[in-house]
Amino acid sequence: MRELSLNILDIVENSVSAEASLVSIELTEDSHLNTLSVTVIDNGKGMTQEELLKAKDPFYTSGTTRRVGMGIPLFKMAAEQTGGTFSIHSVDGKGTLINAIFKTDSLNFKPVGDLHATVSALVSANPYVDFVLKYSVDNNEFVFDTREIKQKSEEIPVSSPDIVKWIRDFIEQNVNNLYGGVTDNENT
Amino acid sequence: MKTLEELLAIKSVTKKTMLVREDIGDDKIKIVVGMGTCGIAAGARDVLNAFVDGVAEKELTNVAVTQMGCIDMCKYEPIVEVTVPGKEKVTYVNMTAEKAAKVIEEHIAGGEPVSEYIK
Repeated sequence: MRELSLNILDIVENSVSAEASLVSIELTEDSHLNTLSVTVIDNGKGMTQEELLKAKDPFYTSGTTRRVGMGIPLFKMAAEQTGGTFSIHSVDGKGTLINAIFKTDSLNFKPVGDLHATVSALVSANPYVDFVLKYSVDNNEFVFDTREIKQKSEEIPVSSPDIVKWIRDFIEQNVNNLYGGVTDNENT
Repeated sequence: MKTLEELLAIKSVTKKTMLVREDIGDDKIKIVVGMGTCGIAAGARDVLNAFVDGVAEKELTNVAVTQMGCIDMCKYEPIVEVTVPGKEKVTYVNMTAEKAAKVIEEHIAGGEPVSEYIK
């Protein structure tokens, strides 16, 4: 995967396959500790202890179309290659929590990339699943919640192309702001 | 800076173009992008977003852009299946954002599948 936001998309796809109705994606970056924590929490069907052990094995998959499942191993590897850590917790019938901590000063750290494109793709393809994005950089925080969008858009499906495009731009601008990016208002 | 209030403006425009058409129903053209690990690694996210942009740009109201898992043709990812109601499903392989724009133009809006992208 070229960038972390693609790994995140892959991990959230697991949540969607596990029939989650709510998936929370949390990124917490600390510029003093040089760490980025990525957590994905879902309320899907979860895994048994046995499945949980196998999930980290690339030659295991719960799917039936092929014999390998690379999503979790790739994400784990991406974190561990930076000197970071990976953990996965799951309760059968309740949901799954995956956390990876990256050392951002490692040469092996790959950029987060287009997280806005990840979230907009998820919203377009899964309008009946709710997604929360909590992104914090030091003391700044941005929270995006499709439940809030749905309340505002009312009868217009959140997967309408216009809304999806808007969501993409909205997240991109707000995430840029977390890193001290220039806003439209400051430009004019 | 984008605000949530902007959504209300988009909403009123979108509502006009939607007319009375309901979200569900088999009368919609379906664009289904493979979003397994293989698809994502090959660039499916940008392909999906390119289809969303194309549909929005052309103001097509009868199109749904959605996803599927791995269909065991990983080397042909990103794979996109297009189903026009009443017609046979068309499977595009090795897709890119640029190719998506052409599929929107010629197939989704124009009705003619782009044969060069079909395996």
